[in-house]
Amino acid sequence: MTTTLKTSGLRPQNFKSATQEPVWLRYTLIAVVLLVLSVLLYAPLIAVFVEALDDGIIMAIESLGNRDAQEAIKLTLIIAAIAVPANALFGIAAAWAITKFDWRGKAFLITLIDLPFSVSPVVAGLCLILLFGANSMVGGWLVANGYPIIFAVPGIVLATMFITFPFVARELIPVMTEQGRSEEEAALTLGASGWRAFFTVTLPNIRWALLYGVLLCNARAMGEFGAVAVVSGKIRGQTATMPIMIEMLYNEYMSVAAFSMAALLAVLALVTLMLKSALEWRYADQLAASHRH
Amino acid sequence: MQIEIDEIAKEFGTATALQAVSLSIPSGALIALLGPSGSGKTTLLRILGGLEYPTSGRVLFDGEDATGLSVQNRRAGFVFQHYALFRHMTVFENIAYGLRSRPRPSRPTNAEIERRVNRLLELIQLPAIGKRYPSQLSGGQRQRVALARALAIEPRMLLLDEPFGALDARVRKELRQGLRDIHDTTGLTTVFVTHDQDEAMELADLVVVMSMGRIEQVGKPADIRAKPKTQFVREFISA
Repeated sequence: MTTTLKTSGLRPQNFKSATQEPVWLRYTLIAVVLLVLSVLLYAPLIAVFVEALDDGIIMAIESLGNRDAQEAIKLTLIIAAIAVPANALFGIAAAWAITKFDWRGKAFLITLIDLPFSVSPVVAGLCLILLFGANSMVGGWLVANGYPIIFAVPGIVLATMFITFPFVARELIPVMTEQGRSEEEAALTLGASGWRAFFTVTLPNIRWALLYGVLLCNARAMGEFGAVAVVSGKIRGQTATMPIMIEMLYNEYMSVAAFSMAALLAVLALVTLMLKSALEWRYADQLAASHRH
Repeated sequence: MQIEIDEIAKEFGTATALQAVSLSIPSGALIALLGPSGSGKTTLLRILGGLEYPTSGRVLFDGEDATGLSVQNRRAGFVFQHYALFRHMTVFENIAYGLRSRPRPSRPTNAEIERRVNRLLELIQLPAIGKRYPSQLSGGQRQRVALARALAIEPRMLLLDEPFGALDARVRKELRQGLRDIHDTTGLTTVFVTHDQDEAMELADLVVVMSMGRIEQVGKPADIRAKPKTQFVREFISA
């Protein structure tokens, strides 16, 4: 074999794989991607931190320490703590219904799940006002009984849930479709109840997709601006979430305060992403094992 | 256990999968449901296992009506086409799953579960693979683990959907004998679905040839070979 290669003057390294591009093209492509990423993603992120620290770190921290800022941070965390678990449950239920059963209207539900992606958040907020505002039937009754929805925390929760609804379901549906129903069916033939099959077979199989969906959902829930801006009424210290607070501070030319808050929000999102990467790294072999098979 | 299929029909929406078939399966027999895809053989097997309910007709187990019996209460050991092993569990946990799923009063102790799982691993001649995951097994090993998992619930019958479909030719031959041996050891009424006429003829006591949701012929392999009842059977078994 080696002699034939020698006589024909071909060595193995002269062959390249069919998908291998020339060197100059590879480096050009990588350079373009890095350039675009720097301009569009990294530069703005760094700018936020630079601006926040413009008057020194003490000023930045102090600006986060005032009462309104603290309330905004607390509110954002509370909203995420309600909306994310609720959407995780709804997302699992929706994905389960779509992938494990055949029923009329399934295609309609799949379209409906995507609605929040296609409808402008402002429109979503206005819809909620129409439904639950003080002038509507339901809203009027609720306000009269002391449970206001609009311009109050429940409205912000509803708006956030609406906007972030697709994240978990969208992550789960392809995974559950690919895994099919036979493992659940096997569990049932072995005598397991539906619930037992769900907790011992379905849930462990989707846990990575679920985690990923929940993290994305959380990042978006903390950052949602449009729909929340419409329904919250922007009451400082009461219904102003972090994104709303950032906008208000910025409009009042309090740029250190605005950018400090923005930097904190960015840090929360980055922590979410790092958590995901850390988990992926930690459980890489388990991930691979469940994808093989 | 003796199984009686009485005028079972199944429709999916407007499509007819089975049109009123009747069949009597003697206790302890090894039966092949043989036919091309779309002949209704898998549907019939799933109805026996309680994974589908018939549109009309009855299923009787030892003379008792079992048509409405839930899948959990049928105690049918089911081996799926691609085995459907639980990918996140070890082989040991896969086989123990059925025992652990029992209601507390009838659930065996951990020591008893371990003893039974190990005995089943011996039965399938893979005593040392308990700690492995399904993704670390060959196709033939997966099939045998699926068989052991189905046997663990002490089933009243064994139902297998294309049990050799996903295997290469050499392993296929080996495992045919393996299934025959397990059937003979346990004495369970066993029904398997196949589209491979050699497999059906070689392995089964009784072959049920199906086509288009109907039963074309039921008989011993030699009888079907010697006297095919319809044109379809003649063509299918000589193919």
